[in-house]
Amino acid sequence: MLGAILRRVFPHPQLTAFLVVVWLLLVNTISVGNLVLGVVLSVLIPGITQPFWPDRPHVARPLRAIEYVLIVIWDIIAANVTVARIILFKSNADTHSHWIVVPLELRSPEAITMLAGTITMTPGTVTAMLSADASHLLVHCLHTDDPDAVRDEIKSRYERRLKEIFE
Amino acid sequence: MGLVAEIFISFMLVVGGIFGLLGSWGLVKLDDTMRRLHAPTKATTLGVGGVLFASMAYSVLELERVSFHELLIAAFLLITAPITANFVAKAHMHRDVKERELPPTGGKYGWAGYDEIGDSEQPIDTK
Amino acid sequence: MIGFATYFAVACFSIGLILNIWRIRFAPGVVDRILALDTMVINAIALLNVYGILVGTAVYFEVSLLIAMFGFVSTVAYCRFILRGNIIE
Repeated sequence: MLGAILRRVFPHPQLTAFLVVVWLLLVNTISVGNLVLGVVLSVLIPGITQPFWPDRPHVARPLRAIEYVLIVIWDIIAANVTVARIILFKSNADTHSHWIVVPLELRSPEAITMLAGTITMTPGTVTAMLSADASHLLVHCLHTDDPDAVRDEIKSRYERRLKEIFE
Repeated sequence: MGLVAEIFISFMLVVGGIFGLLGSWGLVKLDDTMRRLHAPTKATTLGVGGVLFASMAYSVLELERVSFHELLIAAFLLITAPITANFVAKAHMHRDVKERELPPTGGKYGWAGYDEIGDSEQPIDTK
Repeated sequence: MIGFATYFAVACFSIGLILNIWRIRFAPGVVDRILALDTMVINAIALLNVYGILVGTAVYFEVSLLIAMFGFVSTVAYCRFILRGNIIE
């Protein structure tokens, strides 16, 4: 009974919490009035937009997601240094770009989206396309001499963790 | 407020400026559209990130006013940068890249921009 | 010292904007123009924030947030137009 009411009021609890945080960041002051207004808005907005969320991503291990975010932020900084060095110190003829095909084990659309975004933000690789049956990912690598190693790193570093988080 | 805070803020500003400039320079220097895609998506993100971090540190340490809404812009850019890059890559391949220039998928179907798949075999429920 | 660092950052992002304009003028294809425009938006956001530090106000935050959102939507709309020939089907 209580669970049903709670589910009615908070159809999407993570979205509610997220909206409260975004509201507080947007007004940039933490006061009781702002908090109340933020909570009211964050209860109303998921209720109104509920028809737009037919299914929700299933996150099995939220704590692992925090670890993943920290790893990705660190890799973004490393990626910037890598790409900056290639831009500054390598001539165009010296840069060996490759297309890399990454076979996917992930099946949920949210997990594939996360993986594609992560690949784009991390060292020297950009996701270009997904195969029509969502089983392979086409990745462009700015400079590498060993395309297979890049593919294995993507699989072991990111895909394995995303598989743990989402499945 | 102190010398350490000032050095920290200046360092973040200088790093942000250098990376922002490198992103734009890469856009001019690299010689293929797919290669050019790497420079702005990455270097510019850290450029803006550095500046936003400096701005946050400046208002906390120097103006003594708590300010965290720069995090919103940083998060927004971080989320949208890969999506923009994917869209630009897809538009580029749609216009200028033939399918035979790409490696084969290794699966039953080709790449999404070139190959159609029937509704019954759609692996992702798009309805 | 912060003053010098701010002027340095302003110079960097301004040169970046000029390079973007050069790329828009001498681009081999329309996709490069979109990419350069997107980079211009990001550089403009950074420039606005640096200017906010320079004059010591937080007013430019709302401006840069709006520019970030419009920049993203317009880049997606341009790409969509190239991919499909229209934006809203």
